[in-house]
Amino acid sequence: MSILVDKKTRLVVQGITGSEGSFHTKQMIEYGTVVAAGVTPGKGGSFFEDTKIPIFNTVEEAVKKEKANTSVIFVPPAFAADAILESANAGIKVIICITEGIPTADMLKVYNSIKNKDVILIGPNCPGVISPGKAKVGIMPGFIHKAGKVGVVSRSGTLTYEAVKQLTDLNIGQSSCVGIGGDPIIGSKFLSIIKLFNEDPGTEGIVMIGEIGGSAEEEAAAYLKKFGTKPVVGFIAGRTAPPGRRMGHAGAIISGGKGTAIEKMTAMKKAGIKVAESPAEIGSTMKAALKEFYSKTTISSSKTIGKNVAVKKAAEKKVVAKAAPVKKTAVKKVVAKAAPAKKAVVKKAVAPKAAVKKVVAKAAPAKKAVVKKAVAPKAAVKKVVAKAAPAKKAVVKKAVAPKAAAKKVVAKKTAPVAKRSK
Amino acid sequence: MKIHEYQAKEILRNYKVPVPKGKVAFSPEEAVEIAKNDLGGSVWVVKAQIHAGGRGKGGGVKVSKSLDEVYQNAKSILGMTLITHQTGPEGKLVKRILVEEGMNIEKELYVGITLDRASSKNVIMVSTEGGMEIEKVAAESPEKIIKETIEPEVGIQAYQARKLAFALGLSGIQQKNAVKFLTALYNAYEKTDASLAEINPLVITQEGDVIALDAKMNFDDNALFRHPDILAFRDLDEEDPLEIEASKFNLNYIKLDGNVGCMVNGAGLAMATMDIIKLAGGEPANFLDVGGTANKETVANGFKIILSDPNVKAILINIFGGIVRCDRVAQGVIDAAKDINVTIPIVVRLEGTNAKEAKALLESSGLNFEVAVNLKEAAEKVTSVLRG
Repeated sequence: MSILVDKKTRLVVQGITGSEGSFHTKQMIEYGTVVAAGVTPGKGGSFFEDTKIPIFNTVEEAVKKEKANTSVIFVPPAFAADAILESANAGIKVIICITEGIPTADMLKVYNSIKNKDVILIGPNCPGVISPGKAKVGIMPGFIHKAGKVGVVSRSGTLTYEAVKQLTDLNIGQSSCVGIGGDPIIGSKFLSIIKLFNEDPGTEGIVMIGEIGGSAEEEAAAYLKKFGTKPVVGFIAGRTAPPGRRMGHAGAIISGGKGTAIEKMTAMKKAGIKVAESPAEIGSTMKAALKEFYSKTTISSSKTIGKNVAVKKAAEKKVVAKAAPVKKTAVKKVVAKAAPAKKAVVKKAVAPKAAVKKVVAKAAPAKKAVVKKAVAPKAAVKKVVAKAAPAKKAVVKKAVAPKAAAKKVVAKKTAPVAKRSK
Repeated sequence: MKIHEYQAKEILRNYKVPVPKGKVAFSPEEAVEIAKNDLGGSVWVVKAQIHAGGRGKGGGVKVSKSLDEVYQNAKSILGMTLITHQTGPEGKLVKRILVEEGMNIEKELYVGITLDRASSKNVIMVSTEGGMEIEKVAAESPEKIIKETIEPEVGIQAYQARKLAFALGLSGIQQKNAVKFLTALYNAYEKTDASLAEINPLVITQEGDVIALDAKMNFDDNALFRHPDILAFRDLDEEDPLEIEASKFNLNYIKLDGNVGCMVNGAGLAMATMDIIKLAGGEPANFLDVGGTANKETVANGFKIILSDPNVKAILINIFGGIVRCDRVAQGVIDAAKDINVTIPIVVRLEGTNAKEAKALLESSGLNFEVAVNLKEAAEKVTSVLRG
């Protein structure tokens, strides 16, 4: 899995005929991104270079005629705010604005105008988003990425590439890499992207690369402290930056003693984030964090996880208790907190670091036992078994194990009329 | 971009924000002329004009009760090296002064407008603790700072200005004037694409007037293209000559005090490279972002700028090639180093497309390069050349 962009992405490039726009459009096509259309006002009716990609005068046409659902913006800074609003009002769902140098006042209006709309803005002043092997929407070099399960979110461009390269070199693939941009006002801050990664079943670890200025890193850290379920590695650039100076990015400035690297790193550490002290150690810190995490999250050592497991157990018990008297039992979503209850787990102690081999939903007297989604974020679910002894129907729809591979989904036909679907 | 107090007051005057009568002077004679003919009255204030706060404490603001005193004060301030908490220990040479009429001050308050990044809206802040450093107030008694968030679609509303005026303990004509003042100040801030408008102190006179006794305005660099009048206020004397030079080549350079120069593509990676220099036992001499294209010209200009700082003992070049080919960057580095005749050690780390070819090129160039493959190795090589 991935976030924001994937094989379903149908991209419209705003500013496709400009030098930046055309160069990167070719790069994106080469990577395998579906570029559905381009927009350059006044050039509607033509095609992008020697391709069959149509160019329209408006984004609206690209949405209507080519079913574009995502846009990437390469237009000059003075017109970029307008381009974002055009996309947002044309029904585009994900807008990625690469343009650097948009006036803050313009972004202030854009941000507040679209924040309640059903649209996600990434950037401006960012490298874009890539879901390795699926789609690349932006200017990052595709070849340094590798498909996998670590999400990367960053305020910077080349520093993100640096981190990605380190991960790839260590054979750690990425689910998606999101450059949120270096400006003071950006469409999506760390918090919203971290939330997406935290909830994405295909992401098992998160790398968060911040820099001096603002308090977005602290906000994300506070969220992760409460809701984080995956290992997170952080880095903050700019420890040696002097206060009051804008370090290249308009947003990278320490003002009034606030927004320092030390402040941010402290907040991250307090939230349980593994902070890499050196930018050369982002990859290796993630590797260690993943190793530690996988070894901790097996059932045999799950007691040490404490709170999380307790919550999970409680949730599971609730599900089991409910299942008994009713006729139809729908275990619709057993999210994060519901995997390995004692009663429902058949544990095979093969190795000391035993994974959860079977997650069983017992629903003895029920007529129908429907296991729709069993999400076990902190355990390797090898088998999800729906035992429904006297039940008439046992339906196992989906078993999602975001932090580990769900190897097998098995429905045991112990019931006389057990049906399996999907 | 930063501007001087007198320039900020000129802008505010245009937006009907009350400011004291005053004028800039470049000599003591001019100062007397202004006090005598332009301002009149019997009390004047002579204020040093530099882009740093804390001027009063540093001896850069003087009250004068006669024209002779105006002359003496102007003479002593002009040409002085003013040291404040914002100038650093080396201080700042004063080249211009503002001569203003004196005020009958009853109260000193504070008002500031800036962007609140957390809410992505502008926020207007007031405090009764005028004249103090607002950071200090925020740290010691945050309850004394009252904030109103401005909705960008509608701008400042009268009720918000009233609320702030009442919170400042004002009533009657003072309150009415404060509402007018705050509304005008917000409009000036918004219309000029300011990133900061700070009035400290905002004074209430014995006559009930509400006046900006001091004024500090910063502007969004990204929006200066639509404000040529404000861009004209840029004072190059207030900027580092090397930074001005760098900006001519589209290089983003900030001078620091260390011994290891660095040249990097991308702001985030540039900051991270500075950090790694420090971790390697050195001190970064600069921030330098060469931007997206690192060709021979940009690298050569980067070398020139870095090497004009005599403290630099080594240079670390860190380029993440990405879409740019590293062998081309390497050739650019070699050509530039030959042209400029760089004699100090250069650690080069090129990553991305054709990184291997780049390494081979650098190593066979016969120049003083230490080639590193990854960031960790680059840091180690910096440490070793510093020891070496």
